[in-house]
Amino acid sequence: MTDALPRTVLQSLNQALHQVLADNPQVVLLGEDILDPYGGSFKVTRGLSTAFPDRVLTTPISEAGITGMAGGMALRGMRPVVEIMFGDFATLIADQIINHIAKFHGMYNSQVNAPVVIRTPMGARRGYGPTHSQTLEKLFLGTPGLTVLAPSHLQGSSEIGAAGQLLHDAILHQDGPTFFVENKLQYLLKLLTSEDLQDYEVSESLPKDGFPATCTTLSLRGAPKPQITLTAYSYMAHLALQALHSLAYEHEIFAELVIPTRLSPAHLDPLIESLQRSGRLLAVEEGTGSWGWGAEVLARAAETLGPKLKRAGRIAAQETVIPVAADLEEACLPQVSDIISQAREMVQA
Amino acid sequence: MTDYAQLYEKLYTIRSFETLLLDKFSSGIFPGTTHTSLGHEANAVGVLSHVQENDVVVSNHRCHGHFLAYGGDPTALYAELMGKPGGICGGVGGSQHLQWRNFYSNGIQGGTLAMAAGMAFAEKRAGRNAIVFDFMGDGTLGEGIVYECLNMISLWSLPILIVLENNHIAQTTPTEKAVAGSMTKRFEAFGIPTTHLDTHDVTEILPVAGELTRLIRRESRPQALAIETSRLGTHSKGDDTRDPTEVELLWTFRDPVEFVGLFLTDQERAAIQFRILDQIQSAFDTALAMEGRSA
Repeated sequence: MTDALPRTVLQSLNQALHQVLADNPQVVLLGEDILDPYGGSFKVTRGLSTAFPDRVLTTPISEAGITGMAGGMALRGMRPVVEIMFGDFATLIADQIINHIAKFHGMYNSQVNAPVVIRTPMGARRGYGPTHSQTLEKLFLGTPGLTVLAPSHLQGSSEIGAAGQLLHDAILHQDGPTFFVENKLQYLLKLLTSEDLQDYEVSESLPKDGFPATCTTLSLRGAPKPQITLTAYSYMAHLALQALHSLAYEHEIFAELVIPTRLSPAHLDPLIESLQRSGRLLAVEEGTGSWGWGAEVLARAAETLGPKLKRAGRIAAQETVIPVAADLEEACLPQVSDIISQAREMVQA
Repeated sequence: MTDYAQLYEKLYTIRSFETLLLDKFSSGIFPGTTHTSLGHEANAVGVLSHVQENDVVVSNHRCHGHFLAYGGDPTALYAELMGKPGGICGGVGGSQHLQWRNFYSNGIQGGTLAMAAGMAFAEKRAGRNAIVFDFMGDGTLGEGIVYECLNMISLWSLPILIVLENNHIAQTTPTEKAVAGSMTKRFEAFGIPTTHLDTHDVTEILPVAGELTRLIRRESRPQALAIETSRLGTHSKGDDTRDPTEVELLWTFRDPVEFVGLFLTDQERAAIQFRILDQIQSAFDTALAMEGRSA
């Protein structure tokens, strides 16, 4: 797996982990059931314990404990990476992230750094039910001192893919803690190469502070002025891209799609630029909408654009538990058709 | 031979720091709140006399005594408590959140053991033969993360000395209303050898802590030291709900500073007191005179 170029997000992340372990002896991985031959519940860590047996640690079911320990390791010069098996279990590590690791740098007056990366898969659509399907990163957005990243499924300019490159850089080149949110369905997405995207204009932007998390803006090549800007991250970016395509070819509505990979602190300059062109914003997320990412994006767009923002809307999961039954699960989650119908309504109204 | 004068001096430094702090608190120069280590001085001095250069100390909300016993500067601590830029953490951390050299404290209980365990892991892996001293109180035994960490500390044989300071009260809740079963058996259940002391005598704590630290360094595995101690002061500034007679008895029979002072002549004791009081007063005055933030 390490020699071939990755084709999926999963392979991209796996290859990044191989690379960071090879590049820096201070990297260790901690997580439940991450040893070979199992290689983690979603196989992101497959092969790593065979290649680096001393630096891949299987742990008890102690999410808070291993996260807190990673904080201590980081304070003493290591670069630990923690896998939380399901994103739902991130509730167990909230104290460790919010009241310990994310605070260390600030409360100790910038005298220490805590470079911890916590990776976890969020998301539904696999019938795992109420406690294994949620999208909970909004609980961590806006935590001072914490960076929240969500990789995209674009190949980007990196050989290992943008997702793997983002993980690689978060582990090796960031001084502060990172909550790295993956998505279960995103794992199997094919990395989109420039060949896959030849019908699109693609532009990339980095935050002004130089953080290596790309925000990508896509629009159909040669399309007229956009009438609406869609923004979505992680697996929802995949659905939003399908919606963009259908809107253009079936409804003659032209959209731009803005895919951020750094959710917090927000990097919204490319979104604002797109909104200057389109004047309409539709934010799409898989988590519940109340007080969430989309709400913040809309608020910031409104603050920045004022009356230039003609319309703004959100699509999110229903405010319910996520059921196991496939039809019920589908009904409570945002679908491509929801994006299309709301975008049509917003443009045509 | 025990150097009582030296021990008394260390204990008295903490005592006079805390006493002056409480004395000045009502004048409004210290923002927020503070938890003093009155009555805990022997634990801090007895244990931390064994700190070597690379060792790490992890403390909690009641950290001033540990900090001073570790070798921290009283002036910088006063300045920190006053919120001055010249404080240990520039006035950001305040009383509970200290970081200096290899000393770290946090105001959130339980998670500090996880931090200490991670540090012990890193130190062991780096082969620096360092050990981590982690101080926790009896109240912290209510936190679930403690048990997650005891498990991993033992599983991974981490070089850490867990010091449980049982002062029999968590804020205002007496231990019998908060802790079931045995405290020491909690550590033993995870395979961590545990030593139990019921004492306010630093000369009793000192050799035991010394032996434990030697064992940890030699065998690279954890040890626990449970010390039954007494909180002579309030939880924070002035919130003691205990019967004053009970507290008075503690001052009479469980005062670690007074106790060691008995081994000195009146003259020796007075000389040390005079010198330390002067140092602490001068630390306070220097901190107070430091520039603050412009309003």
